[in-house]
Amino acid sequence: MTAAREITAKAGPTICIIDYGMGNLSSVVWALHSLGCRAEISNNPERIAVAEALILPGVGAFGEAMLRIRSGGLIPVLERRVFEDRVPFLGICLGMQLLGKQSTEGGIHQGLGWIDAQVDRIPDNLAIRVPHIGWNEVAWAANSPINASIEQNSHFYFNHSFHMTMAGDGVAATTNIGEPILAAVTKDNIWGVQFHPEKSQNNGRRLLRNFLNFISSRQPALRHAC
Amino acid sequence: MLKQRIVGVLLVREGIVVQSISFKKWLPVGKPAIAVEHLNRWGIDEIALINISPNSGNDDSLHRMIADVAPYCFVPLAIGGGIRTIEQVHDVVRTGADRVILTTAVADNPALITQAASRFGSQAIIAAIDVRKNAQGSYDAYVDYGRRKVDLAPAALAKRAEDHGAGEILIQAIYRDGSRLGYDLELVELICKAVGVPVIALGGVGAPAHMVDAMSIAGVGGLAAGNYLHYTEHTAAVAKAALMAKGGDLRHDSYADYEGFSFDAAGRLKKKSDASLMDMMFVHYTDEVI
Repeated sequence: MTAAREITAKAGPTICIIDYGMGNLSSVVWALHSLGCRAEISNNPERIAVAEALILPGVGAFGEAMLRIRSGGLIPVLERRVFEDRVPFLGICLGMQLLGKQSTEGGIHQGLGWIDAQVDRIPDNLAIRVPHIGWNEVAWAANSPINASIEQNSHFYFNHSFHMTMAGDGVAATTNIGEPILAAVTKDNIWGVQFHPEKSQNNGRRLLRNFLNFISSRQPALRHAC
Repeated sequence: MLKQRIVGVLLVREGIVVQSISFKKWLPVGKPAIAVEHLNRWGIDEIALINISPNSGNDDSLHRMIADVAPYCFVPLAIGGGIRTIEQVHDVVRTGADRVILTTAVADNPALITQAASRFGSQAIIAAIDVRKNAQGSYDAYVDYGRRKVDLAPAALAKRAEDHGAGEILIQAIYRDGSRLGYDLELVELICKAVGVPVIALGGVGAPAHMVDAMSIAGVGGLAAGNYLHYTEHTAAVAKAALMAKGGDLRHDSYADYEGFSFDAAGRLKKKSDASLMDMMFVHYTDEVI
């Protein structure tokens, strides 16, 4: 019994995947499992308060997602963890868009506003049909921890009708749909990706591995884990 | 730029992946989890897993099917088969589906498309339309696994689904199912012209050449195949190499890229010349640890 408890206590950084009742959360868990890392899915502010890293996934509509995050009472704990405790944070797809100031998806909705960005529908007059569904090449702006060991212009899976436009700096990568659009953003401990790393085979696993490395680089005591 | 997608369609009947012929006959292939793992390794771009068990949607077979395969699927997973309510859409997404395929609801209850799209976004909703050709040579849409005719013609049905919020149309020619005659290109083009969202073509692929025929139609986002993928090893990777040799723009990342190989009419690999085999050097790839 005691031994088992010790193992649990030692086991890795706890990554909390924030559950706001939308989207396919389990694929993020399985992708992390495949990298030998544990994660829990939770909407409990107490679990979010003790997690060592946070992932905000998302498939869904912006307004509905914000409503659920707000009504779940998650905003204060998220902001405290991200801005005071500075825990690594990864937003995926809609989870990245929610970091922006506002979205025009189905009316005007306020986002979390952590990043100076705006979310709008992809224009219909570009080279692709909207939604932007499928594998596209990602052009990384610089060599940074988010794209370590990922080749320039390698493929990631996208699935979205809306895209984020940055007002300030922080663009980590773009992808081309006739015009370059935002594919990834980094700002201190906050990472966001428009594509789905959990569904992008090995390139996606490399990105998630980079996120795990980012977690342990910020918390040297946990380096043995994962 | 955005790549063409090869979509692997796995039909599951009573828990077993089957090949389907004209929606009437089924040949068993094997376990869904293993089929998914193979397609993953062969570099498929998306997997559509469709439960065609007679009771799908009324029992827990759909749920069990997703729970079995989703942990092994690191490419997008679309799920279909008897999904008729928003609760089912919700359950399917929570169990591990990235996208949901609606068929009967597209004809009977288009409001479900709107409901699902407003909750999960249009990009998550695929409207599937099964088509038969009638005696006059025009197209009729069918639901209930090809048994019940719909009043609206396929193009009008596709347009209505788009207007209700569907993010993609999956068009399937029942008369080509299992035929190995290739897609009905006329039908695919008709649907592509009727809607502004991407279209996935399905039904009839027997060789990569059939996918080549459809890849240049404007609006085709996905080239889907079912039975074809089960005929030989590495089908997804071989098909991609054959398409790229014809100017296709695809994601082709796997080590087995079949570059420089030639293919016969059925898309099978041709043996390399003895001279080039003599020159070949075996390269050992160590598995990358990520």
